[in-house]
Amino acid sequence: MSAGKELLKGFWSQNPVFRLVLGMCPTLAVTTTAVNGLGMGLATTFVLLSSNVVISMMRSFIPKKIRIPAFIVAIATFVTIVDLVMNGYFHALHKSLGLFIPLIVVNCIILGRAEAFASKNSVWLSVMDGLGMGLGFAVSLTIIGAIRELFGNGTIFNILVFGDSYHPLLLMIMPPGAFIVLGILLGLMNRIEIKIAEKSGREPIIGKIHDCSECVLRKKWF
Amino acid sequence: MKEIFRLTLILTVITAVSAGVLAFVNQKTEQPVKKALSEQKMKAVRNVLPSFDNELIKDRVFVPDTTGDTIEVFRGKKGGKINGVAFSVVSHDGYSGDIEFLVGVDPDGVIQGIEILKHAETPGLGARIQSDEFRSLFKNHSIDNTGVWKVKKDGGVFKEITGATISSRAVTGATLKGLKFFSSHIDEIIGGENSGSESKRGNEEKK
Repeated sequence: MSAGKELLKGFWSQNPVFRLVLGMCPTLAVTTTAVNGLGMGLATTFVLLSSNVVISMMRSFIPKKIRIPAFIVAIATFVTIVDLVMNGYFHALHKSLGLFIPLIVVNCIILGRAEAFASKNSVWLSVMDGLGMGLGFAVSLTIIGAIRELFGNGTIFNILVFGDSYHPLLLMIMPPGAFIVLGILLGLMNRIEIKIAEKSGREPIIGKIHDCSECVLRKKWF
Repeated sequence: MKEIFRLTLILTVITAVSAGVLAFVNQKTEQPVKKALSEQKMKAVRNVLPSFDNELIKDRVFVPDTTGDTIEVFRGKKGGKINGVAFSVVSHDGYSGDIEFLVGVDPDGVIQGIEILKHAETPGLGARIQSDEFRSLFKNHSIDNTGVWKVKKDGGVFKEITGATISSRAVTGATLKGLKFFSSHIDEIIGGENSGSESKRGNEEKK
């Protein structure tokens, strides 16, 4: 696989938020504003990139039996570095993301990429994978944040869009707003993917449309 | 058996390297973190005090409050006379977590300004306690000149933030607590440096 493909897959075909549906805790919790989404996305990108590089470099050195604790130590180290550096140099951002930075450790995207990609591929490809996945995550979070901020506060990136007369839809910056926006975007992306696939005559990535009458769960429980 | 030792050794090496890296980063960022924290606080202190010409950090007093905690009190002076006092107040009644904020008062206990230092209120709702609009409600209020020190919903004078009554109530209540702390410790805070009536006159002349 080419490096460019590894970089681009994070934005569409394997987007961590809308395709793999990983890292839902930060996705839902911090995207109250576009700035928060971007900040969280970039912090995660840094951790993902660094951990991918280190894990890829050590992949022949780490025994299979202790790979998970070794990965977690590497990831936790980079998260702590981000936490400390951000606290010292980007204090305002640290204040608003504060609680969620340590939680990057348990973000499944990072351990997922370490396990599924970096431990099996060269450093160069792992860099591309980390960058692509991280930026794909950052873009997704920023979009969700921007939509929620726009409707919930009337602003995007703190710039007034709707004017003073707009009455903010508070629901959007409350937790339910995160689920609503995520669901609508997920549906939209699937719809677009099916349309693109139909036009170019290939099979859509998301597979066949789910038919509930054929569902195994239905046969099992009903 | 041999494999256990090998695995242990490898994991030990990995964690030791990690600890080393973290120790280094921690050492490098210790000063900037401290600086950022104190800058943030000093900026807030400057915002809640009237203009002063002394070095605040050298003119602090530490006063124990009723719960036994020690409160750091900053004293702003102009021409050697105290014209404003700032101290932090903590409210445990917030919607989520403690709300810590600074209250600045003049020597007569009239509020000059408040600044939120730390909170975990809902973004877009309770977090609006940080807005100028809400904070400026308290300006020029003191225990003496204010009827019922409560939010409007509870029959008081301060207009609460729509949808964030709990946060507004928490700040309002803690501000009153702060003013009471100030008036009951006025001797320790202002002390012999300038007596109440003199400072009043001094301030008026300057204005």
